[in-house]
Amino acid sequence: MHTYQDILTSKKSGSGFDPDLIRETFPILKATVHGKKLVYLDNAATTQKPESVIKALDDYYRHLNSNIHRGVHALSEKATEAYEGVRDKARQFINAASNKEIIFLRGTTEGINLVAGSFGRSNVGQGDEVLITGLEHHSNIVPWQMLCNHTGSVLKVAPIDDKGEVILSEFERLIGPKTRIVAIAHVSNALGTVNPVKRMVAIAHAHGIPVLLDGAQAVPHFRIDVRDLDCDFYAFSAHKMYGPTGIGILYGKQSILEAMPPYQGGGDMIRSVTFEKTIFNDLPHKFEAGTPNIADTIGFGAAFDFLNGLDWNAVSHYEHELLTYASEVIGAIPGVRIVGTASDKAGVVSFVMDDVHPHDIGTILDREGIAVRTGHHCAQPVMQRFGIPATVRASFALYNTKEEIDELVRGIYAVKKVFH
Amino acid sequence: MSELRALYQEIILEHNKKPRNFRKLDDASRTLEGYNPLCGDHYTLYLKIENDVVVDISFEGAGCAISKASASVMTTMLKGRTKEEAQRMFETFHKLVTGELTDISFETLGKLAAFAGVSEFPARVKCASLAWHTMRNALDAKSEPVSTE
Repeated sequence: MHTYQDILTSKKSGSGFDPDLIRETFPILKATVHGKKLVYLDNAATTQKPESVIKALDDYYRHLNSNIHRGVHALSEKATEAYEGVRDKARQFINAASNKEIIFLRGTTEGINLVAGSFGRSNVGQGDEVLITGLEHHSNIVPWQMLCNHTGSVLKVAPIDDKGEVILSEFERLIGPKTRIVAIAHVSNALGTVNPVKRMVAIAHAHGIPVLLDGAQAVPHFRIDVRDLDCDFYAFSAHKMYGPTGIGILYGKQSILEAMPPYQGGGDMIRSVTFEKTIFNDLPHKFEAGTPNIADTIGFGAAFDFLNGLDWNAVSHYEHELLTYASEVIGAIPGVRIVGTASDKAGVVSFVMDDVHPHDIGTILDREGIAVRTGHHCAQPVMQRFGIPATVRASFALYNTKEEIDELVRGIYAVKKVFH
Repeated sequence: MSELRALYQEIILEHNKKPRNFRKLDDASRTLEGYNPLCGDHYTLYLKIENDVVVDISFEGAGCAISKASASVMTTMLKGRTKEEAQRMFETFHKLVTGELTDISFETLGKLAAFAGVSEFPARVKCASLAWHTMRNALDAKSEPVSTE
């Protein structure tokens, strides 16, 4: 078995990126399903975990388990150091200016809820507007709807075109004097569209409006530089970038986070408490009430290490090739139609088939060992826009191969055979 | 593939392609929606009931092959049945798709036997049962749409 070190060495020896070698470090990829070799193409739902991440979780509970920011004892100090060390890795990973801008929470969903609950309730009032796009995942719709219902503000939606791209002129037109915040997916989970977020942030900023980016589907595919994007908030989840579930990050510009009230109250987020008055802790702890998810944060650290060890030019090139190949061969199957044909896409091929419902396709593919997502992908408005109830979504990670896409194509032909 | 063939029986594929009683019933005495929010299956069931007998039944909507064929087969089996018979048939069907029936034959179950394979696919039980749950709630004169989630 190849180790992670072998991959680093092979990279150093100039071979760029070797998916076969990478696959060796993901134990689950050797699994069989219904007696067939697993072909895991549901990476937009969650990615698999490399050995190093699994080991980090195991090591934490074996050797380090202790509560953080509290004890004077050795284990607590070590655990605190490890936990805060991951904050530093996260800051470097997205090029934030300060560790104070890195808030650990459960995932992208909680990050968006934090911004809607804290920033939203202090800055969005009756008659004000929140602008999102027609591409959003439910997690970037519902928290804003809840805010609007609570405050009497209005949710505006920038429409998408037939390719699944946000119509930028409409987006700009919808930013008005009452807009208080803009929230946009960096990459669409349902279609794979990459939004031109840097340009969209600039448009919003030209009107003085802050922008939240939902980065859940972007982080596994390209390197993020929040200062280059100049976004005000960036939310993402570890489990979609080879890390554990239950941990994610909200990045926020320090000046904005400083001005926001806490989202939850409890231990760790306070400096002093009396029954009369509580003084809140500094950033980022102000937003991290209670004992955090220490183990998964440390696992997240191993995921950052894993990604940092890769040659990203080679990875991007490989993933792009994979997506282009998949789009070609899937799109060439008679009776299959790809939904979402944006000029800039990442990691996703969503499709429908004449006369066969996605759910039936999913069941038949599953029996071939192929894991895909079928349904509305928590993006019902996207489905409504295209007038379909659901799609089949194949989503790719850096460990997928062209052979696996060929397996998927064979599986789609097996579906056709069942339904003649 | 054999389990798949058991699931996608010829009769299911045929009813999916050409669903029976697939229309609106203008003089329905009960109309109820059934949907599965997860996969988007969505049907409207129409029932005409006179003296506790289902004198006519039809449905409209869209969904996967299992849910559509199940709705179609159900309509063909329920016409002319009493409410009590329909209720018993619901129970039989439910046991069939959840794997609780031991005697599975065409003689005892008729066309329902085609759905025996569903029990091997737990994720698809709700597809097969959607129309049946909707029918039972409609017979009970419930007006809330039925959701299988």
